[in-house]
Amino acid sequence: MQPTELSAVELVAAVANGDLTAVACTQAALDRIAALDAGTNAFLHVDRDGALAAAEAVDAKRAAGQPLGPLAGLPVGVKDALCTRDMPTTCASRMLEGYRPPYDADTVARLRAADAVIIGKTNMDEFAMGASNENSAFGPVRNPWDPTRATGGSSGGSAACVAASMVTASIGSDTGGSIRQPAGLCGVTGLKPTYGRVSRRGLVAFASSLDQIGPMGHSAADCGLVLETIAGHDPLDSTSLNEAVPAYTQLLEEPLAGVRIGRVPAHFGDGLDPEVAAAVEEGFRVLEAAGATIHDIDLPHAKYGVATYYLIAPCEASSNLARYDGVHYGHRTKEPCRSDAFDSPLVEMYCRSRAEGFGPEVKRRVMLGTYALSAGYYDAYYKRALQVRRLIRQDYQEAFSKVDLIGGPVSATPAFPLGEKTDDPLAMYLLDLYTVTTNLAGVCGISFPCGFTGSGLPVGYQLQGPALAEPLLLRAADRFQRLTEWHRRRPTTA
Amino acid sequence: MPDTTDTAAPYQTIIGLEVHVQLLTKTKLFCSCENRFGAAPNTLTCPVCLGLPGSLPVMNREAFRLAVRAATALNCTIAEFTKWDRKNYFYPDLPKGYQISQFDLPFSEHGQLEAIDPKGAFPPRMVRILRVHLEEDAGKSMHDEAAGTGDSRIDLNRTGTPLLEIVSQPDLRSAAEARCWLNELRLLLVYLGVSDCNMQEGSLRVDANVNLHIPCDGGRVAKTPIVEIKNMNSFRSVERALTYEVARQYEEWQATGKELGSAPKQTRGWDDAAGITRGQRHKEESSDYRYFPEPDLVPVTLTADQIDEVRRGMPESPRALRQRLEETWQISAYDADVLVGQGRALVNYFETLARLVEDGKVASNWMQQDVLRTLNERGIAIADFPVAAEGLATVIGRVKKGDFDTSRGREIFAEMINSGRSADDVISEMGIAAVGDDELMTLCRELVEGNPKIVADVQGGKEQAAAGLIGQAKKKNPNVNPGKVRALCLEIIRGMS
Repeated sequence: MQPTELSAVELVAAVANGDLTAVACTQAALDRIAALDAGTNAFLHVDRDGALAAAEAVDAKRAAGQPLGPLAGLPVGVKDALCTRDMPTTCASRMLEGYRPPYDADTVARLRAADAVIIGKTNMDEFAMGASNENSAFGPVRNPWDPTRATGGSSGGSAACVAASMVTASIGSDTGGSIRQPAGLCGVTGLKPTYGRVSRRGLVAFASSLDQIGPMGHSAADCGLVLETIAGHDPLDSTSLNEAVPAYTQLLEEPLAGVRIGRVPAHFGDGLDPEVAAAVEEGFRVLEAAGATIHDIDLPHAKYGVATYYLIAPCEASSNLARYDGVHYGHRTKEPCRSDAFDSPLVEMYCRSRAEGFGPEVKRRVMLGTYALSAGYYDAYYKRALQVRRLIRQDYQEAFSKVDLIGGPVSATPAFPLGEKTDDPLAMYLLDLYTVTTNLAGVCGISFPCGFTGSGLPVGYQLQGPALAEPLLLRAADRFQRLTEWHRRRPTTA
Repeated sequence: MPDTTDTAAPYQTIIGLEVHVQLLTKTKLFCSCENRFGAAPNTLTCPVCLGLPGSLPVMNREAFRLAVRAATALNCTIAEFTKWDRKNYFYPDLPKGYQISQFDLPFSEHGQLEAIDPKGAFPPRMVRILRVHLEEDAGKSMHDEAAGTGDSRIDLNRTGTPLLEIVSQPDLRSAAEARCWLNELRLLLVYLGVSDCNMQEGSLRVDANVNLHIPCDGGRVAKTPIVEIKNMNSFRSVERALTYEVARQYEEWQATGKELGSAPKQTRGWDDAAGITRGQRHKEESSDYRYFPEPDLVPVTLTADQIDEVRRGMPESPRALRQRLEETWQISAYDADVLVGQGRALVNYFETLARLVEDGKVASNWMQQDVLRTLNERGIAIADFPVAAEGLATVIGRVKKGDFDTSRGREIFAEMINSGRSADDVISEMGIAAVGDDELMTLCRELVEGNPKIVADVQGGKEQAAAGLIGQAKKKNPNVNPGKVRALCLEIIRGMS
């Protein structure tokens, strides 16, 4: 039995009943990373010793007859935006190069408590800002389906490491599509839970009102399994929801008969790649075959989603990233700071440290946000954006009074060549078209493969559901995956 | 409204105060670190108050409760819905790069507190309070300029301490009023138990805004540019700084004619040693804090019932207490002010004493002359005072009975304080016993017989010469009552003629 070919559900069962050891699973993951990751660059840090020690502890536990956690032996990659006390946490930024947090993120702590084995930290767009994973200070991630192409982002490393079967599941974060879009471009399944479903404590903040941690894997069932562990109330995150966590994997059997799925005609307008459109339309047919009914609906303010998102997210980011100033931790300039060009040596230290430590996209967004929050502009930009956000949220409420879920594309194109959009920030921002509104509304969404292009690139299908509709979302995606084989395809590099 | 301190001044002084008060909570506002002064630098910190990546704030409900209590006592309207905002600025002692504060929806507004001078130097002044809001304190920067290295040291123990910001309207009309109002504010907050208001430890800090309204020809009023004064570390400094600044502004206006609007608001620092204010760099004026709602925290809601409950739980305010002491114990406004100014525990001591001796005035005199003096000399609080009110009441009762005079009573009380022994023990140990009437008569006769010159002086009309007899009587028997000796001796001398 080759552990890297198993689903998470299968692997955990195999470890639990003794068919596989956690060490064997971990070793297989490490071997595969060693063989493949030089080309993929999915990991920023691989904790070989720590992972093996954790796996040994799981095996020892089993040998001693102690009960195992629900994720016992599962090799997991964790996005480098989540704090880990035994590994660096850099957010793929020079600013935090070598930074080691003194505490584990809530999600990391829950994974460890569930006996998962954290293999390492995955590559990402710097501070989660990007849609191609080309904004990493430590190099882009290459798409396992075609190494000349991008993985999407910002959780590109977490998508690629699952796509290439280096680990069985991974953790990403999604602020405007950062789990779903790379999942779609890499042919894996990625879930963005409802805002507040998973604690943000220990997730390095990009845009606090939009950020949400979620699982990535080969299937909806695998995502459900991981979500059962990482979801739940955290009294130390004021925005965490105090709601019971359903046993998602136990709720997959009910058929889809009678489930109403919305289709937004505007999603199929100009700019949507014809092959993507065809695969997504075919996706609706699959859901129909499973018993769901399809209904055209309208999200009238969704067209303002990207504009709204690119005000709110940079505004929050400009404040969240103010702490990286070179004073207490992180990168500090080595320049002497005695120039007359600055107000004071302190200001010079701030400016130089941030200029050296942040990459161009981070600087762009910090400047956008700082500008939009400035006196005289606040009402026209930030306040207006909040008003439109409310309208978008109302659109969703309205839509979910008519349908149970909303289906459609994840992104307008399949994976694009590396470098194609790096000089065109606006084109890059438009990649978020289909995903940002989920975050603005605070609802949940999932992306999973629904076909491949003629050149063999995966195409993603997105389902969105109302707040806390993860059970239905996972059930629909799981039903889809029972009727299709797209999610079983693996890239040939593997 | 006339200027109340200097009616002769050719201008009216306009003062508004901004006061920051640290709340007496066990833990900080947004994390569970201890809220305590004096620990070794950077030992009371955690990822939240250090602003480490990924850390999140959680509101301390006790801090909010104390804040609502303070605002209620200041007669503010308490909001049923309030939220948090981020105030963004860069400074090394602000590790997140923003301060969690309240911007457009503070939890309370529209209060008032009166400044009353117990000596009546100015009529009572009602000062409106614009708003009271809650925020987190920043850390402390210590600039090591003396060492010549220009190094700065940062202590983040204070970071995240709950801080109440109280902003008054510009209703104060003199430096003396400002000081008096601050005293009242401090006393009120201490009585409420929300803060220790210790300026030395920085748990109370004051900034003052001041300018002048100068009547000119034709009924026009010239207004000088508003100056904000910082760095005042005592209420006395506030008064001195304002007094200095008022004079400086008038001189400057006479020299330049500059008025409000023609010059930006200026920040000046008080140099206590030099006794002057100095202009600081104009950076504050251009700063834009880019306030926006704090996305990491949820809004706070209070029901009308909860607000009522706070109101019902209010203790007696210093002002109400003063009035009650004046009325109940018939003491002067000044005496009531002195007693109340010492804190609730001392007032309780006084009231116990007054009840036992059934005389507020006498009790007040003993409190001020003996109890307070001892507290000041020893630098202790009433809680640590060695003699209970009951002990002092025994001494006062014996004085009133005529067993010994007040000065003898004070000696006894002093000995009780020193030894911690009871009144009866000290009295018998000092050999103090009541002097019988016969004994006293014998003594007085002896004195009159032995002092013909004094007798002649008294008979000649100089009654005050009898004082010499009293001195001798006390030497012979320290327990005699001087008043009785005097009366008896005069009676004997009169009987001789």
